[in-house]
Formats: sequence, structure tokens, C-alpha cells
Amino acid sequence: MMNLSRSVALISLFLLPLLSFSFSVDNPTDRRVLVLLDDLSLKSSHSIFFNTLKSRGFDLDFKLAEDSKLALQRYGQYLYDGLIIFAPSTERFGGSLDSKSIADFVDSGRDLILSADTSASDLIRGISLECGVDFDEDSSAMVIDHSSFSVSDVDGDHTLIAADDLVKSHAILGKTKIEAPVLFRGVAHSLNPTNNLVLKVLSASPSAYSANPSSKLSSPPQLTGSAISLVSVMQARNNARVVISGSLQLFSDKLFRSGVQKAGSPNKYEKSGNEQFVTELSKWVFHERGHLKAGSLVHHRVGETDEPAIYRIKDDLEFSVEILEWSGKRWEPYVADDVQVQFYMMSPYVLKTLSTDKKGLFHTSFKVPDVYGVFQFKVEYEKLGYTTLSLSKQIPVRPYRHNEYERFIPTAYPYYGACFTTMAGFFVFSFVYLYHK
Amino acid sequence: MATLESPPPGTPSAMTNAFGTVLSALILLLIGVLAFSIRLFSVIKYESVIHEFDPYFNYRVTQFLSKNGIYEFWNWFDDRTWYPLGRVIGGTVYPGLTLTAGTIWWALNAINIPLSVETVCVFTAPVFSAFASWATYLLTKEVKGSGAGLAAAALLAMVPSYISRSVAGSYDNEAVAIFALIFTFYLYIKTLNTGSLFYATLNAIAYFYMVCSWGGYTFIINLIPMHVLLCIVTGRYSPRLYIAYAPLVVLGTLLAALVPVVGFNAVLTSEHFASFLVFIIIHVVALVYYIKGILSPKMFKVAVTLVVSIGLAVCLIVVAVLVALVASSPTGGWSGRSLSLLDPTYASKYIPIIASVSEHQPPTWPSYFMDINVLAFLVPAGIIACFSPLSDASSFVVLYIVMSVYFSGVMVRLMLVLAPAACIMSGIALSQAFDVFTASIKYQLGRSANSKDDAEDNTSTNNAPKDDSSSGKTDKGEEVAKERPSKKGKKKEREPADKPSVKSKILKKRALVLPLEASIVALLLLIMLGAFYVIHCVWAAAEAYSAPSIVLTSQSRDGLHVFDDFRESYAWLSHNTDVDDKVASWWDYGYQTTAMANRTVIVDNNTWNNTHIATVGTAMSSPEKAAWEIFNSLDVKYVLVVFGGLIGYPSDDINKFLWMVRIGGGVFPHIKEADYLRDGNYRIDSEATPTMLNCLMYKLSYYRFVETDGKGYDRVRRTEIGKKNFKLTHFEEVFTSHHWMVRIYKLKPQKNRIRGRAKKLKLKTSSGLDSKPAKKNPWI
Repeated sequence: MMNLSRSVALISLFLLPLLSFSFSVDNPTDRRVLVLLDDLSLKSSHSIFFNTLKSRGFDLDFKLAEDSKLALQRYGQYLYDGLIIFAPSTERFGGSLDSKSIADFVDSGRDLILSADTSASDLIRGISLECGVDFDEDSSAMVIDHSSFSVSDVDGDHTLIAADDLVKSHAILGKTKIEAPVLFRGVAHSLNPTNNLVLKVLSASPSAYSANPSSKLSSPPQLTGSAISLVSVMQARNNARVVISGSLQLFSDKLFRSGVQKAGSPNKYEKSGNEQFVTELSKWVFHERGHLKAGSLVHHRVGETDEPAIYRIKDDLEFSVEILEWSGKRWEPYVADDVQVQFYMMSPYVLKTLSTDKKGLFHTSFKVPDVYGVFQFKVEYEKLGYTTLSLSKQIPVRPYRHNEYERFIPTAYPYYGACFTTMAGFFVFSFVYLYHK
Repeated sequence: MATLESPPPGTPSAMTNAFGTVLSALILLLIGVLAFSIRLFSVIKYESVIHEFDPYFNYRVTQFLSKNGIYEFWNWFDDRTWYPLGRVIGGTVYPGLTLTAGTIWWALNAINIPLSVETVCVFTAPVFSAFASWATYLLTKEVKGSGAGLAAAALLAMVPSYISRSVAGSYDNEAVAIFALIFTFYLYIKTLNTGSLFYATLNAIAYFYMVCSWGGYTFIINLIPMHVLLCIVTGRYSPRLYIAYAPLVVLGTLLAALVPVVGFNAVLTSEHFASFLVFIIIHVVALVYYIKGILSPKMFKVAVTLVVSIGLAVCLIVVAVLVALVASSPTGGWSGRSLSLLDPTYASKYIPIIASVSEHQPPTWPSYFMDINVLAFLVPAGIIACFSPLSDASSFVVLYIVMSVYFSGVMVRLMLVLAPAACIMSGIALSQAFDVFTASIKYQLGRSANSKDDAEDNTSTNNAPKDDSSSGKTDKGEEVAKERPSKKGKKKEREPADKPSVKSKILKKRALVLPLEASIVALLLLIMLGAFYVIHCVWAAAEAYSAPSIVLTSQSRDGLHVFDDFRESYAWLSHNTDVDDKVASWWDYGYQTTAMANRTVIVDNNTWNNTHIATVGTAMSSPEKAAWEIFNSLDVKYVLVVFGGLIGYPSDDINKFLWMVRIGGGVFPHIKEADYLRDGNYRIDSEATPTMLNCLMYKLSYYRFVETDGKGYDRVRRTEIGKKNFKLTHFEEVFTSHHWMVRIYKLKPQKNRIRGRAKKLKLKTSSGLDSKPAKKNPWI
């Protein structure tokens, strides 16, 4: 017994660093997730979603949003790698949590799933605003669609929407196509089109609009058509990922299980697309997919292996970089034909597409341009759904040395000849002039 | 001419001669010691440190040279300046100074005197000013005898204008270039006086050293041709002139083309064309004299018309070709600095970067008094002395002073070229005056003294009376007559042309005898004048010109204050930033940042790329966000500004700011100077324009300034600042030196997230980064 407990202690001692650094460069998938609920009954009403997460190895920590002991970090260390906020109506978090600490949580590279709903609180709106998502300012408004609602919408106000306008990205939504429409009942939000960090994953149809379903429209709705986003994702510059949904029901067991038939469509599905959609999205947001890492940029002259401190103009060089993709369990070679390298000095002098050997190594070779200066090898890889790779390495390029020019130029031979004949002629002339009587 | 030989050895006169030689050697040695030691005030009062801006670059280059050798230096591509363009140091630097100091360092090390490179650099300038005063002695001796030479050397040893550029630590090109300049002139005059090909070759080598050392070599290559032309026009052509000039042009041009920074400019730019033109003319003239010699006068008249017409035709063709070449270049083949010398308003009209440098401004009248002091009064007397009689050598000195007075009037920096000329002239004037007065006294004290006068003539000063204009004429006549024999017997002609003719006129001195009392009073006055000059020079050396500008001091009631902010902040940079970080500042501080902090800079004092400097100027004149984008596109991590408002340091960035606006606006027209001026006045108080109050330079200078005294009172501009409480959104303060003279800011990284744009939520007030991705900016 003593032995056992000792060995357990020993194991946990070894595991401790693994646990505390589980979210790291080498293992980008989140492990410890805090779930904030405004009602513990959500735990059972959304159990399918939580169970899929648990089955994928996540360690879920359910807390009430008002819990006064809430804390994201202790002694400056974050306790969680991910955060799920299913508390749309919470006005104030308990403990030390507020919208700023959640923004800091994201800025530290950690991930967030945030779901609002109708009558979402200012707190929730504030957090989503920090992430670049603007919810409809009318707190009682919902997304209404009179043409692509779900026929199972019993209330008749066409707020249960069967949306099928999904973003086309294997990285975000997986390789399997989501056939069934996704059921959505909730609040609309919009994105700033110039904001290149946020992305609509699930958009409303062109006939949708955002209004209070229980009252008459007095003025034209502000949010209409496909400008309405139902579910959006944000990937921050440090590759922290955020999912923001306008509907909490989207994640619920009820909508997971319900069948769906879009109004005006003959196709009837036994099961809505919600489960597949939410599962795939959670894989993306918790870095189980679409996470790239690059090794260092390697370059050398053709025929050499060591990296030089400086290149000369017109040198031939070889360049390579290793890019790996996280599969959720291990690093696998990334395969793509659109990775480019720039040889850059204020503007790219060389822009080449790298070829891959399918083992994760991307390489190319090119000639240094006939311009000297301090150049950079730059790999700027921004692909939809993937983490952004931004690598650069500085390398100076020098002009020819004084003895690297050609010593004798063939075209100048007449001049060399002229030079020497003149000298010889002068010598002969002087000799004759001085000694000829 | 060579009618009188110097007395044979053994006579009492020869003994006095020998005594005089030893005495003058001793005096010269003392002058050298004086020249060296008067420049040590900066080391004694401050410390042995490199001064100002450019010397730091030269010091860095010298370090590189001593570490890596001459070939590496020649091929040095510096990737730490002008990021990201880099600079080919080896091909763009005048290597003379660096090679000199490097050689000295190497030689000292070779004989086991392990001085540091810095020590050698600090003391190079004083050592070379001793050389320069000896060179002045030689030059003046060639012109007017050794008495004038000693006087001129003594004057030059302590002329404030030269001291300002050659105190210990002022390790700049001029330190060795002035010596090279005077020495080249000396060798030219020596060749002209002797007609020796040996000196002509030496002259070309000295010219080569000058080309290596300083861009001011164009002064030589224009002044000497002008003098040659003057000699030809005034009928003073002689084979000696030919020997002095022709080899210099050929060898000198070939040697100059060897210096990488000059290269083909030696034959391509207009600065050098005068020498080629005169080269042609002197050959035509030589041909004419030759033909005149071999033909009978009748035939000669026929030949003259023939030769002159052909010569003119050739000249016209050459001139036409040159004009065509020059016209094909937009600036007429002149470099900007040369053009601003010819047309003083050129720079201010077209090239603000040249006009912005304070040493390129025209000097004020007080600066003449400050820099050459009593010499200004003695120069006219010296010029008159040079005209009695006018020899080849003295006409050269006159031409030299005339040209240098003009150039010094255009650019305050060229006072430095004027100073040696003024010293030579004043030396001549002083020595002549002393001669006249002492001779008068002697004459008055007793007729017998007259015989002793001969002894004094080892100085061979020219005390010819003013009415002796005929002597010049006879000289000329003799020279012309001597043309033919001199062709065969060049060696006999070695004796200086003037000395004997002077001696023959000693007897006429009586005409210039003054009354005893007048002589004594005048002598005393002259001595007082000299004393005044010495006092002024010592004061200038000790107080005005010894400050290293990297360390400042101020004397106040509670003692001496030392402002060592520059080194403090460069040390901060070198200890707290990454080696490859880029630091942006106005170009003045570029050399110091690379040399002292070892960080990459965007622009520096070698203002070779106007666009790059304009980019930095534009960033400084832009509002914060635009500036951030410009700096970010240049990979800048830190921005350094110099601010004197707290302690009243006037040459800070706010005072230089209008130049940034002008230079920036010259390339990027959206920056307009008028936007920064209120009714044409440059002001930073509450009346300042919004553009001014929002530009980066204003914000970085005055950020948190109000916290110092609660009012934000700027002691340089003597006003309260206009905008007191503001925050920086794209920059953060990382370092401010003890007296706030240097402030360093770091560029904030891009925001991790982009906020939404809902306005009604009252939660937030500050606005985030604009959504436009920063990489797409118009500056690349």
C-alpha cells in the first residue's frame, strides 16, 4: 500500500509538469476547460455536447457564472486552457472574472466558446465586442426568416431557422460535408467586413432579418439578409481561437436530436446538422485541427550546407522550411502547394512558391537579386481556418568584393594593347632621342 | 637672377646662418608642442573621449580596420546602418583618416606600445595639427622666407578655427586634411620655385593623400589650375610652372581615381574639368614658347597666327564636348554641395538636406572674429606685402586667400580652409612689420648696425620698399629672357627665384626707415596684438571648442552640472534591446547609435539617400498611427528622440523639426510646412496648429512632460507647451534619461484582436487599431 501510494505520488510528480504545461507549443490542443453556466440544468440539457468533449479527453470544470470563487488564474498561472461561457443572461461574473480578464485570457493564446442568446446581457455583448462581434443592439430581437425556417417550428413565428450557409473550409468544419441544415434560434450579430480576423461560419439566408418577433415592425430592421451572422469564429493574431454563437439552443440536446426539414425544401433529415457542426467547430476551436507549426527557416548556398552570415549578389541559394500540422494527437507533415517565400527588402524582390516533399519539408532555390542590402526571408502563410504562420529571418546581401570582378575583360584587350604599346613606344622613342646622334 | 650666391661657408655670416637654422628648428619644435598641447584642453577638462557625431563613425571604421585588416575594410558592407539598404562603407568613405590612424595604431603596437584604438583616434588630430603648422612654415618660407614662415606656423598652431576641428577627440577628416592641404600647396610652390620633377612627384602623392582624406580636395584641383592660368595670363609662364602643373594633373588624376569613393568622378564630374582645361592651355602655351624659341621673330609671327588658330580650334572642340557632356546631366555634373558653393542660395532652394546642416550655413560676422580673430586685420597687410614684389609663390597665396574668403562666406565649415591662408598672410604681414621696425630701430641706434643687417638676412625676408615696383618688372623681364637657357640647365635653376634679387636691394632700405619712437611704439602695439591673439586662442581652445558635445556641462551657483544623458541612453540601448533591433531617430544620432549602442539605424549622418531620410522625416511629422505604420514597415522597434525642454538644451529635435518637415515634404508632398506653422511662426504653445500638436515628434518629446513641473514649461522655447495631457496609443515609453534629454519609445505590437464597432455600449472608450492590416501601407 505504501509502495503504491508512493508510486502514485511519483507518477503524479512526473505528470504535474505535463499537466501544468499541457497547453504548449508541442501540444496545442486544450485539455482543461472551464465551463461557465448561468443554470446548472444546462449541464444536462446540453449533455451530448459536453459528453463529446469529455470523450475526446477534455477535462471539463463546470461552474456557475455567479460562483464567487471563480478564477482563471492563480499565482499568475492560468488554470485552464479553454473557456466555454454558456451564461447569456449573466450580468456579472463571480470572483475576479470580468470581460477584461476574459480578453486577457484570449490574448494569452487560450480559446473561448461564447454563446449568447436572446436578451443577452451587456457583459456577454461586451466580451463579444472585444472579439470583433457586434450583437444586435435591440436585446429582444431574434433572427426571423420567413423562407428558410424549419418546418418543425411550432410557434409559427419563424424564429427556428434551418441554416445551411456554412463556410467552405475543411480546416474549420472537417472534411465530411454537413448535409442537414443547422437549427438555430437566437440573436443575430454582424461583423466588420474590414476585420480580417473574424469569419462567419454560419450565415443567415438573404431573407433573414433581425427583429422582435412578438411586436410589430415599426421601422426597417437594421440587420438583414446575409449580413447576419449566426455563428462566427475569430482567430486572434496570436492564434487564440474564439467561437461566438448567437444561440445557446444550438448546442442543446433537443436541437441535436430533432429532425429537420427546411421550409420549401423536399429534403427531410432524421437528425439536424447541429451535432456534427458543433463537434467539428469545437475540434477547430480547441486546436485539434488546422494548427500549423513551422521549424526554422533554413537557407544556404547551393552546394553548401552551412548557413552563411552574408550572401553576395547573384549567389544561388537553397531555402527550406518544415511545416507540420497538429492532428489532435501528433504532429503530421503539412501538405499544400500554396506556401510562398519572399526575399524581401521593403518589397519582395523574389516571390517563390515552395514545393513540398510530402514529408513536411517545403523547399525552393533561387538566385539572389542583383541588389545589395539587408534582406529578409519571409514566409507569411495565412490560410482560412489555419493558424497564421509569420516567419522571417534577416540576411544581408553584399556587393562584389574588389577581387570578385573579372580581372581582364575580353572586349578591353585593344585598350590593354594600346596601353602597353604606348609605353614601349615611349621607351624606344626616349632611347632613340637621347642616344641617337 | 642668380647673380648673388649665398656667402661661402666659414664666414661669420654662415655661422649666424647655422645659428638661425638651429634656432628656427627649436622654435618649430616648440610650435609643434604648442599646437599639440593647446588641443588637449578637452581631454583635461572632460575626458579622453571621441567628440560629436562624425568622429564616432570614423572611430567605428577605424576599429573595424584595426580588427579586420585593410581588405576587409575596403570591402566592408555595413548592414547596421541605413536599414534595410545597408551601406558599402569601403566604397563610400574617404579612407585617409582611418588608414592614418590605423597605421599609427599598428606601428605603435608593432613597437610594443599597446595604445587602444580610441586613444590613437583621440590624439590623431592634435598630432596632425603640429604637422600642419610645420607644413605652414614650409609653405610660407617658400613664399616670403623663414621669418614669415615661423610667424605663420605659430599663428596656425593656435588659430581657433582650426582648433575647433582638431581638438583631441575631434577625430574627423579635416584633422588630417588640413595638413594634407597645406603640404600639397607647399610642394606645389616648392616645385614652382625649383622646377624639380622630384617635388612634382611628391606633390602628386601629397595630393593623393588629400584626396584620400577629404572631399575638400576639389579646392586644390581648382585652385592650382586657377593659379596656373593666372601665371600664364600675366605672362609668368615658365618651364617651372609646367613642371609644377602637368605632372600633378596626370599623376594626381590617376591616383585620385584609385580612391574608391572618387573613382571615375576624377574624370567625370565638373569639379575636375578646370584642371583638364588648364592642362590643355598650358600645353598650347608651352608649344608657343617652344616655337618662339626655335623660329626667327619673323617666322614666329607667321607661326603664331597658325598655332593660335589651331590651338583655339582644338580648345573650342574640347570645350564643346565638355559643355555637351555637362549639359546632359541635370545638375550640370556638379554635386549638390559644390553647387551650393557656387550659388549660395542653391541648397536652400533645392536641397533642404544640405541646407539643414548647421555647418553648411553661411557664417555670421562675429564668427569671423571668433575664428580668426586679429588675423582678419593682418590679412590685408599680408596681401599688400605679397604684392611687393609679386612672385609666382606670393601670387598663389594671394589667390588662395581670395578664394577661401569667398568659400568661407558661403559655408561656415570652410572657415577651416580660410584659416591657414589667413595665418600665412598674417605671418607675412607680422614678419614684414617686425623687419621694418627692428631695422629702423637698428638704423636709428647707429649707422654701424647697417652692416650687421646682412646677417639678419638669413631669414631672407623681403623688405623691399613699396616704391620698388620696378623690381617686379625686371624680374619678369629676366625670367622671359631666361627661358631658353633654362631649358638646358634646369638644375642650375634650383635656387629660389626671389631671394637673391631681394638681397641686392638691401641698400635701398633706408627709404623705409622710421623714427625710433614710432618704431618702438608700433612694435609694442604689434606685440600687444599678438598677445591678445594668444589670449583669445587659449580661451577659445579651453572654453569654446573643447566641449565634446556628447557630454555637456553647465556651471551654476551650486556647482558644476554634468549632463551625460547621451551615453546613458546609448548604454541603455545596448544593454536592454536585442542585437538586431532597429532604432529610428533623426539622422544626427545615427553614427552615435551604431558606434555606441551597436544597434541598427535607419538613417545616419552620411546623408546619401534623401528619400530614406525623408521617410523618417515624414514619420516624425505624421500623426501617431501613420508614423507607426511607416516605422513598422521599416521593422523599427525603437524610436529615439532628443528633447532639451527640461534643461534648456537648444539643439534638440523640436528645434530641428522644421527640417524634418521640409525634407519629408520634399519627397512626400502630403507633408506641408505651412500646416506646422501658425501665421508663419513656428510655435509649440497653445497657439500651435493641430497638425503640429498631433505629430509624432511633438508627442514623443512632450509625453508626460507636464508631470515634471505641473505646467509643462519648455525652457528652450520659453513657453508652456500647447497640449499637455495626452496618451500614446501606438508607442510606449521605455526609457527617459536622467535629464530627459534622450527619450526612447518602443513601437507597440499590433493588437491581438480587432474590436467590434458598436458605439452604444458604454463599456469601452479607447478605440483599437484600425482594421486595415498594417502590412499594406503605401511606404513600401
